[in-house]
Amino acid sequence: MTRADAFGFLLAFVARLITGAQGHWKGCPPKAEQRIYFANHQSHFDWVLIWAALPHELRASTRPIAARDYWTATPLKHWITREVFHAVYVSRQRTDDQDPLEPLIEALGNGDSLVIFPEGTRSNKGEPQPFKSGLYHLAQQFPQVQLIPAWIDNVQRVMPKGEVVPVPILCTVTFGAPLARVDGEDKGAFLERAREAVVALRPSST
Amino acid sequence: MSLRSLSVGEQVALLFVIVFGVLFAATIAWTLLSLRDMPDDSKARHERFGRDLRAVWIGAVLFWLSWMSGAIGAVLLFGIVSFLALREFITLMHTRRGDHRGLLIAFFVVLPIQFAIAGGRWFDLLNVFIPVYVFLAIPVISALAGDPQRFLERNAKIQWGIMVCVYGLSHAPALLLLEFAGYDGRGAFLLFFLVVVCACAQFVQEGMSRRFRGMPAARHIDRSFSARGWIIGVAVAGIVGAALYWITPFKPFQAFVLAVVAGGAGTLGELVMRALKRDAGVASWGNARALTGAVGLLDRIAPLAFAAPIFFHLTRWYFRV
Repeated sequence: MTRADAFGFLLAFVARLITGAQGHWKGCPPKAEQRIYFANHQSHFDWVLIWAALPHELRASTRPIAARDYWTATPLKHWITREVFHAVYVSRQRTDDQDPLEPLIEALGNGDSLVIFPEGTRSNKGEPQPFKSGLYHLAQQFPQVQLIPAWIDNVQRVMPKGEVVPVPILCTVTFGAPLARVDGEDKGAFLERAREAVVALRPSST
Repeated sequence: MSLRSLSVGEQVALLFVIVFGVLFAATIAWTLLSLRDMPDDSKARHERFGRDLRAVWIGAVLFWLSWMSGAIGAVLLFGIVSFLALREFITLMHTRRGDHRGLLIAFFVVLPIQFAIAGGRWFDLLNVFIPVYVFLAIPVISALAGDPQRFLERNAKIQWGIMVCVYGLSHAPALLLLEFAGYDGRGAFLLFFLVVVCACAQFVQEGMSRRFRGMPAARHIDRSFSARGWIIGVAVAGIVGAALYWITPFKPFQAFVLAVVAGGAGTLGELVMRALKRDAGVASWGNARALTGAVGLLDRIAPLAFAAPIFFHLTRWYFRV
């Protein structure tokens, strides 16, 4: 076992101890198929929670997206995102000659699964914001990859914006049925449908 | 060969052999019954009994492990249970951003200190640390967070969670570590006595309340809880306690009184928990519909958390240990 694996185990254990990190597979079983998970985004903790809720075998091939300028700034951040999470780095600065989705396309081309937060930024208003178009373009280019909606619940209470130490509160990640492809659907309709699929997974009790 | 002639270690070992033997027998009987066809309503009852049986198994194993592993192990194990219970409690309460620091203190400062006090056998401090010091410290931290909305309510929730999940449960390892003169090394019997009388009271009270269908004492909280059922439950707990006096340092009548008090406190604690649950809007802490995916731990520990502090205090106060 490498140091990164050991650290990953420890991190997943801590995440489970603090949040329970329960994965509820409502619409699909946890399977080693190529997938894009897309979820609501409320906290920095979201990715760790999804990752810890996945079965151990799926963790290595399921990769997050990380902003290159922030997550490579210090050796520690770089090591964690590269070695433990196998993150896909994207640059936030747009350059004209480069497609910002290119690293993601490359990862999907390699057969990896991705976790993306299509809102683009953290929202703590409860309702997810409108989705950015990246999910649409990826879905177009990789029609064979399953699109799995996920709702992460309660995590904003674990670590509110600005705090660094998480409070132990149980959280759940609910995974829904794969989003169906509709022929000839335009971008706006697809993104709205995807967002509704995520919101529909929210547990009913308040 | 009489029981008294056995060494302490042998007596304790015998206790565990009996406990696990009974559990084995119950589990085998339950499994055999599962093979039979049965109508839906008794099937539901059968399932519920199976769940309770599993909980008793977990409790018994926990009890055995905490006994085997000595002071540090007992404190650690009950500390972990307390942590999980508090996590479940806080999940169901509506907390606000301003509570964050207070909650951190509760989980990562108060809980470890309280269990360390229990492990160190500083029982005088154990009794007052949370009700006095933490009671005053939590609102201060909360006030410094600067959020006046529902201030009293939010603090009360945190205080309550700490009292039930941390204070109440910390008395279980304390009982294991309590030292009576001439009763060395038999702390396991005290905890066993407490758990058995609480379980008896709970079981009989529920059964009787259901059978008699008397006037429920608090209809909106629990449809079945009735005064008559409760009195019978407590009386049975007292009789069982008196019958078990020989495993405790008490005389039969003392054992009877303590069992009545512990059984009464435990069943009433269960009622209070039910009221809290209603308030939080869940039918059971571990309800699948609740967003938490909690395991229903609070349900199981509530009677112990209410009975243990009273039992512990009365014992120490009356017997001056």
